[in-house]
Amino acid sequence: MGKTLLDKVWEEHTVRTLPDGRTQLLIGTHLIHEVTSPQAFGMVRDLGLKVLYPHRTFATVDHIVPTDQSQEPFSDPLADAMVKELRKNCAETGVTFFDLPTGKQGIVHIVGPEQGITQPGTTIACGDSHTSTHGAFGAIAFGIGTSQVRDVLATQTMAIAKPKVRRINVDGKLAPGVYAKDVILHIIRKLGVNGGIGFAYEFGGSTFDAFTQEERMTVCNMSIEGGARVGYVNPDETTFEYLRGRPYSPTGGEWDAAVARWKSVASDKDAVYDDVVNFKAGEILPTVTWGITPGQAVFIDEAIPDPKDLPEKDRDTAAEAIEHMKLPSGTPVEGIKVDVTFLGSCTNGRLSDLQEVAKHIKGRKVAAGVKAIVVPGSQGVASVAEKMGLAEIFREAGFEWRGAGCSMCLGMNPDKLVGDQLCASSSNRNFKGRQGSPTGRTMLMSPLMVAAAALTGKISDARKVFGIG
Amino acid sequence: MSLEKITQVTGRAVPVPGDDIDTDRIIPARFMKCVTFDGLGEFAFSDAKAAEKAAGRLHPLDDERFNGASILISGSNFGCGSSREHAPQALYRYGFRAIIAESFAEIFFGNSTTLGIPCVKMSKQDIADLSALVEKTPGVLVTVDLTENKVTVDDVDFKAVIVIPEQARKPLLEGRWDSIADLVDGLDDVKTRVAAIPYLAVK
Ligand code: SF4
Repeated sequence: MGKTLLDKVWEEHTVRTLPDGRTQLLIGTHLIHEVTSPQAFGMVRDLGLKVLYPHRTFATVDHIVPTDQSQEPFSDPLADAMVKELRKNCAETGVTFFDLPTGKQGIVHIVGPEQGITQPGTTIACGDSHTSTHGAFGAIAFGIGTSQVRDVLATQTMAIAKPKVRRINVDGKLAPGVYAKDVILHIIRKLGVNGGIGFAYEFGGSTFDAFTQEERMTVCNMSIEGGARVGYVNPDETTFEYLRGRPYSPTGGEWDAAVARWKSVASDKDAVYDDVVNFKAGEILPTVTWGITPGQAVFIDEAIPDPKDLPEKDRDTAAEAIEHMKLPSGTPVEGIKVDVTFLGSCTNGRLSDLQEVAKHIKGRKVAAGVKAIVVPGSQGVASVAEKMGLAEIFREAGFEWRGAGCSMCLGMNPDKLVGDQLCASSSNRNFKGRQGSPTGRTMLMSPLMVAAAALTGKISDARKVFGIG
Repeated sequence: MSLEKITQVTGRAVPVPGDDIDTDRIIPARFMKCVTFDGLGEFAFSDAKAAEKAAGRLHPLDDERFNGASILISGSNFGCGSSREHAPQALYRYGFRAIIAESFAEIFFGNSTTLGIPCVKMSKQDIADLSALVEKTPGVLVTVDLTENKVTVDDVDFKAVIVIPEQARKPLLEGRWDSIADLVDGLDDVKTRVAAIPYLAVK
């Protein structure tokens, strides 16, 4: 009987079975950021423990970093204190810190892959639910809470039950103007925001085989939005090519040995899954969310549903969403007026996202009255984009080009919605208040759909706006 | 490290109805600009409370009838979204010692268990019945009993089955819900494993 990648990685990283039946699982790579780590360092100290393998933890700052100010101290004293705290903790324990002045800072889920730290067949944990992103490399990557950050700092392990595995196949070619973001929004819409509880999602099929590494990251990033704590894609040549030559990638003779190992961790052809779900790429259209959970999504040519047409279990949340969004049932999503557009985040703040948009918006202008911001996911992404002239294209079109960080994905830094502003966003969460204003409204979509909204001032079909397909 | 054995939680309960109540709702991100968890309790459901007030309604946590509640009752997929432990920390500091819901998001469930907050599942119907009962007689004492996997209510004929995975129930009952001690016990094995894995073995 064949094994899945999850089976193989789990086996190799199992230290022992704990008295409660869970696995004491070795975490090969630990990523930390300023929000969920300070308490953990404090707990380690209070318990009289120390950081066991400091060279296996890597830190960056992302959530609270202002994107329009690079000088410290930051104008927000609380944010300033958090950066200083992380700096101190890293210096004291010997943890590598991709700090602001290094040129390597950025959103933790963009920095890990960019540096070549995220590798196939490894286990990765980070005090952040979007750690599932790293699964795009065939790693088993978990979002964890602060007590578990403590556990990993002190023991390089954590207590966890082995999940079941659901294989999700997407086959065929995506239509022009349909992106990885649409694929994952569609999967969540179909399987539900809690459909993945207890599962790891293994994404595969010809659509995934053809995806770039960055597209795979976009999908794995949002596994957690479907309830699956872990999402992954089996590593292949695309993965190895992406990793070749990155700062932390193996070199010389070690490279070949590593690739051989990475190939061997992929799921066996005859692997047995707990569940299998199939989708056809051709059925997926540009998708936008209309509510307050990422599963409340429709295709661009649909209207906001009437709760009574939905399955019974979804009705209350739909009614709550309609009240919050102030968009009545029956409103076509195409044409909804937007106030703000946000291009960025760990879902869609990578170079390929910016390139795709820049290619289409060149020479055009953001609609009057729309605040449009572009936030590269890392300093690395920003500097390449600037060298390639992308930043200039965005600026000329009337977008604000910002520094790297989480920015308007969540309300922990100065980039926030005001009042009930409606934002077309390439991020991953449309929860009430997520973008910093309790009454703010978020509609999630692909980067090019965000750009289409920016140029027209309303939710628009990017295929029409840019003459695609 | 010896921890309290959590066999049952008895206290007043408060229904906070709704499905998919996410951790941003439980503790909005702006309150996470802190380097300790102290003081988070007062911000639990902060924006949800304000929104209800603005709509001319009362959020259950603002409803005096439920003052002093230590058991929270909610819907499905409770605690979805961000992995922030700030969410269960805020609930704990607010005074909650158990949560009853139709289902829980995984990371939230684990974070809560580690803090010694049992998260138990109950059927939709039983949740509706229990909520109605608590609404009718606020202040009745509800007991979440982990030894017998049931919820009962003082002086009332109510009994419902709860579901909690053995891997959480056992450590709560035995006072080993915070796994750090067990993990530290395994440190010798950790070192052996590290040495055997090519990408971790120190060159
Ligand atoms: S970009 Fe958004 S989702 Fe990603 S790590 Fe930052 S806050 Fe979290």
